[in-house]
Amino acid sequence: MSEIEIRLPKTDRLIVSSSPHFHSRNSVFRIMLWVIVALLPSCIAGVYYFGLPAFQTLAVCTISCVSIEALCSALMKRPLEVQDCSALLTGLLLGMNLPPATPIWICLVGSLIAIGIGKMIYGGIGCNPFNPALVGRAALLISFPQVMNTWVIPGMNAVSGATPLQQLSQARTAVLEGNSCALPEFLDQVSYGDYFLGRMGGSIGETCTLCLLLGGILLIALRIIRWQVPFFLLLTVTLFTGTAWLLNPTLYAPPQFHLLTGGVILGAFFMASDPVTSPLSRTGAIFFAIGCGIIISVIRLWGNYPEGVTFAILIMNALTPLLDRATAGKPFGAPKKKGIKL
Amino acid sequence: MSEFFRFYGGVHPKQEKLASKVAIASAPLLERYTVPLQMHIGAPAKLVVQKDSKVLRGQLLAEAGGFVSARIHSPTSGIIKEVTTCLGVTGTQWPAVIIESDGEDAPADPLTPIPDWQEADPTVLLKRIGEAGIVGMGGASFPTQVKLSPPPDKPIDTLVINGVECEPCLTADHRLMLENPEQIIKGILIVARILGVKNIFLGIEKNKPDAVELMSEKAKGTPIQVCPLEVRYPQGAEKQLIYALTKRKVPSGGLPMAIGCVVQNIASACAIADAVIDGTPLYERVTTVTGTPLIAPGNWHFRVGTLYEDAVRLAGGVNEDPAKIISGGPMMGLSVYSLQIPITKNCSGILLLSPSEVNQYQSKSCIRCGRCNDTCPMQLMPGILSIQIENERFELAETWHVLDCMECGCCSYVCPAGRPLVQHMRRAKTEVIARRQATAAAVKKNS
Repeated sequence: MSEIEIRLPKTDRLIVSSSPHFHSRNSVFRIMLWVIVALLPSCIAGVYYFGLPAFQTLAVCTISCVSIEALCSALMKRPLEVQDCSALLTGLLLGMNLPPATPIWICLVGSLIAIGIGKMIYGGIGCNPFNPALVGRAALLISFPQVMNTWVIPGMNAVSGATPLQQLSQARTAVLEGNSCALPEFLDQVSYGDYFLGRMGGSIGETCTLCLLLGGILLIALRIIRWQVPFFLLLTVTLFTGTAWLLNPTLYAPPQFHLLTGGVILGAFFMASDPVTSPLSRTGAIFFAIGCGIIISVIRLWGNYPEGVTFAILIMNALTPLLDRATAGKPFGAPKKKGIKL
Repeated sequence: MSEFFRFYGGVHPKQEKLASKVAIASAPLLERYTVPLQMHIGAPAKLVVQKDSKVLRGQLLAEAGGFVSARIHSPTSGIIKEVTTCLGVTGTQWPAVIIESDGEDAPADPLTPIPDWQEADPTVLLKRIGEAGIVGMGGASFPTQVKLSPPPDKPIDTLVINGVECEPCLTADHRLMLENPEQIIKGILIVARILGVKNIFLGIEKNKPDAVELMSEKAKGTPIQVCPLEVRYPQGAEKQLIYALTKRKVPSGGLPMAIGCVVQNIASACAIADAVIDGTPLYERVTTVTGTPLIAPGNWHFRVGTLYEDAVRLAGGVNEDPAKIISGGPMMGLSVYSLQIPITKNCSGILLLSPSEVNQYQSKSCIRCGRCNDTCPMQLMPGILSIQIENERFELAETWHVLDCMECGCCSYVCPAGRPLVQHMRRAKTEVIARRQATAAAVKKNS
């Protein structure tokens, strides 16, 4: 009678670790990768409209951000984490937020500030309070206002021109000086179709609404970002600017103008949804998005800068810890009074 | 059928129910059984036999060590070879007796059967549960006769029976429902009679449609409502189960009896029926032995004291060496380093994971993505808590409700940064409780 030999497992090399023993296989790399994939259509659109200078800006920002993070990791004697692609993403977003013809050295300064000051001095990924790409952009905006306001119009090589928001600003100045037809005249010759497809001046990655929406919806479908953030941000901007426009159409542009121009769509889907710098809870993220929407609208309607997305998100980043504590809420089954003191 | 409620959070791990179609088999008699003297929460049981005593199957080995304690009965007939210790699932040594079986499996006199349990005095039924050494067989192993004696200021109006088996890979409860439905129903009704309740819910996850159908069929004519529940882990967690069925929330830090509910696992109900109707004490349970490295995963009636090694041998052994051996399910089970651990009254599964199925936690920085908060059934913020705990700010963790964590594992499961969140929570809970006890002791000393 032959017996099948039963093989018992070897127990000298077992892993003994804490539950749970299953994992969803989520990873930071996977999240970053999908965001980069979602951004690629609008990068390609930006290069298509603005030509090689745009490609150069994107490439310089991306490569320098990755290199600076690697360098900082080495200097700080911390383990190398560039392989999670978060620096790559920051570089890409920084480049997408810059004017197409930005000189290389300014891109490098921006990357240095974005990664060095915006991220690494706080301790690397997860520890920074402000969105690194926006820190870089804000620093460049304030330090080099001339360069940062030099825009290229698609189809016209090396001819600088105004972005729609700058044109709006000019029209509004004219209205305030007494020419009350300036704004409606300007709006009449605006083509929303062009704006939707990206045929306008602006930062490399913010112009093509179509591509940005495709990327954003991809991210929501894959549950990489929360849908509540772009939804409430855009809703707030629409309601706020829409109300202003309804109350005074000679002074304010309609909400679709504000949504299709500038960095609102890019900001809503890709910058305000940055997990590190926005609240952890869903409710907190909703308040964050609404706050961004309000500040964007206020800056757009009454502020000195034509564009408000950068500063709106940075200001709300500062409020994130407060929002976290306010929305920590009570656990399941706790009495109502057990919230956390602000 | 009532409308059920969705609890907040939860995850959907792969089900991997390899043994769900394998009928429960009997395990052959072994040469020796290593019976631990503590297979329950509470005081250890006190041995009433000694070395070289002859024992019979079902004979009392150890008496309950206090009010919150349980009796231990012999799994077979034989001789007490040794009174010693054995390795437990937590890696510590447990006091145990080793019984050398004489091969006859002769039964002791059963406890007096109570065939007319439908009219019997509830206190008699309750006493029988204590006599039989019944404990919670869903994993908690809380002595059942204590659970079914709530204090008079906590009136009970609802009995919830847990047939959910939300842990992936485990199939013991599922098979028990398919093969022993009448006994389970009787057990449920006995518990209902003890508690004096008319509201009875039996929750079963929708991934067991055959069990739902069969139990609904058998429960016709009884006050038991069979409730098919959404497949979501941890649907079978006590607080979430009660909420799904009754929309009542167990108060933070409290027990289900505070809101008039008692929860029992279906295997416990079955064991109660065996004890009351047949007079059989608890020395055997259904355990799933499963995992891709095994040749023949399945479900068996194991007697307490069967070593994991014997169980794996019954499953045909392995065709590759596992990377992890887990007592329980993959989400909340304990990983063990040896197969020389005995099966206890609350061991619902032995799971072997192959190297490709195992994920090592690497703990990068928290990226504050919020997936943990979105999936936490207790609505906590594990990400922020983990940062606090890493920095040893335990007083902050206490303010942020770390004590409400039930260690279900949903947060660690989804964390993209690979952080061992459950481990952080466990550490913080131990610290916070120790500090509270130290403060209380200091206050007592000073007053």
